[in-house]
Amino acid sequence: MTNPASVGAVEELPREKVEHFDRELAGILNRYPPDRKAAAMIPALRLGQEIFGYLSPAVQRLAAERLGTSPARAEEVATFYVMFHTEPPARHVVEVCTNVSCCLTGGERIFEHLKKKLELANGQSTRDGRITLREVECLGSCGTAPAMLVDEEMHERLTIQKVDQIVGGLK
Amino acid sequence: MSETLILSKRWGKPDSASLASYRADGGYGALDKAMGADPAAIVDEVKKSNLRGRGGAGFATGLKWTFLPKDVRPRYLTVNADESEPGTFKDRYIIEHDPHMLIEGIALTCYALDIHLAYVYIRGEFAKQARILEQAIQEARDAGILGPRLLGKKDFPLDIHVHRGAGAYICGEESALLESLEGKKGYPRLKPPFPAVVGLWGKPTIINNVETIANVPWIVANGGAAFAALGVGKSGGTRLFGVSGHVNRPGVYEKPVHYNLKKLIMEDAGGIVGGRKLKAVIPGGSSAPVLAAHEIDISLEFDAVKAAGSMSGSGGVIVFDESVCLVRALARIAKFYAEESCGQCTPCREGTSWMEGILEKIEHGHATAADVEKLEQVAGNIAGNTICALGDAAAMPVQSFLKKFKPEFLRHVEAHRCPMGESGWGLDQSSRDALVGAVRY
Repeated sequence: MTNPASVGAVEELPREKVEHFDRELAGILNRYPPDRKAAAMIPALRLGQEIFGYLSPAVQRLAAERLGTSPARAEEVATFYVMFHTEPPARHVVEVCTNVSCCLTGGERIFEHLKKKLELANGQSTRDGRITLREVECLGSCGTAPAMLVDEEMHERLTIQKVDQIVGGLK
Repeated sequence: MSETLILSKRWGKPDSASLASYRADGGYGALDKAMGADPAAIVDEVKKSNLRGRGGAGFATGLKWTFLPKDVRPRYLTVNADESEPGTFKDRYIIEHDPHMLIEGIALTCYALDIHLAYVYIRGEFAKQARILEQAIQEARDAGILGPRLLGKKDFPLDIHVHRGAGAYICGEESALLESLEGKKGYPRLKPPFPAVVGLWGKPTIINNVETIANVPWIVANGGAAFAALGVGKSGGTRLFGVSGHVNRPGVYEKPVHYNLKKLIMEDAGGIVGGRKLKAVIPGGSSAPVLAAHEIDISLEFDAVKAAGSMSGSGGVIVFDESVCLVRALARIAKFYAEESCGQCTPCREGTSWMEGILEKIEHGHATAADVEKLEQVAGNIAGNTICALGDAAAMPVQSFLKKFKPEFLRHVEAHRCPMGESGWGLDQSSRDALVGAVRY
């Protein structure tokens, strides 16, 4: 049984990663008025996710502390936006759009194909920690549908063959 | 009809995103011209231009600008690049191909309205576009266009920052966007007060869509009257129409605001794939009421589409051929709104999921005629009862699909299955060319 008071303590985070976070955050804070640091919550959490892998309670607390706001505010943001992971994702996140324009051109078939191929349900990760598969909403690639995001890189005009090639290349 | 291109004329040119290329084509000329004029003259030209908001609401841009209280400073400009309405994919191309046009538009708008800090709120998924825009802004800073002296000529400090979202459709709603930019979850605010009066950090804030702002340099360079003349009545200029779904040439087409919808689909976008019959069209992003095939011979101008019972919205035209099951399509649209409801208002939070559930039931043949009636009731109880327009956006497709295609819903009930079978999304179209503007790339 862990002591609840110690859950998510910033001190538990690796010091060199915290220093890295602080260095990068300084640049981000330049974009906002000095008395409006809390505005940097989304970029700070994105940075935290990049450096620490996912948004653990400790990383959320770190962002909140540095921005002079409450951990509840960090948690509210970390859990509201779909691009944030509060659990560790696999090494690669594959997100297939299944909204209308993509489905009219085969998006649903592509998503079903990947589920079968990787033996995953929506939101699950492969046992080897290689791929997390997610169904996502419109990616703004309707004219070049079907589309998917792989680790923030957009792939468009997909075919089953193309998808196999892209996903097969993920190590 | 004239084929004036304002927004997409440089798309597909090599290196079009660079400052050198933009300047070689006369870029920042409008800003240079404005430096010698009274800032109020820019507002007048934009009013004269009949530019209306390209994000979806179609509100007169110049009029919106006049809502700023006279004596309150600082003021802010926030550019809405959250482009997330299904079927909409135009702002990303402005940013990818011509980011300096947007930056010049921002600079002119800020100069006109005495604003010294602007944010571009871009959806998190547009990582590449955010990078391109950040690079272009840095180029503009390095060249002295932005910074303490506007264009290096006038003591007018201006900076622009890109703020990436993190995946939430609701953040395209202007007040949710502000909440998000302040570092919170995207819960829309009650209006009034409107953002022009109480906006970012409680200060007066103008929020305009990317495409809206990208028109400003042309308006300043050529005059508001010339822009108005490209359109009709109270709608000036051209628009970027995104055509997707079952057409031979999906893509973005820049056309006068009052271009004919049928012509856009059947001629510009190359007609329906495989020569099949058209069944339905959503003319302005997924929340716009659906039109049946026989209703599409209309002007796309905001008021004309409204008169036809739909809305021109974000200019995203989604085309369904005869092979599509419209119940399946609507169930997917309903799922989107259920996923993206922020959860703040009960009618929307509960109603969107409820509608999705009923539609899934109908699609899979487990529903009764009473369920179809219930669906109509639920939609009616969401519309108009929520803080922001997402509730209406979720209800309108449901109400319009039921109004236009009710027999198709009832066939599902009677047959206890989807009459379209497994091919409910129609045939795959993986062999088409995509066009953006008229540029194949």
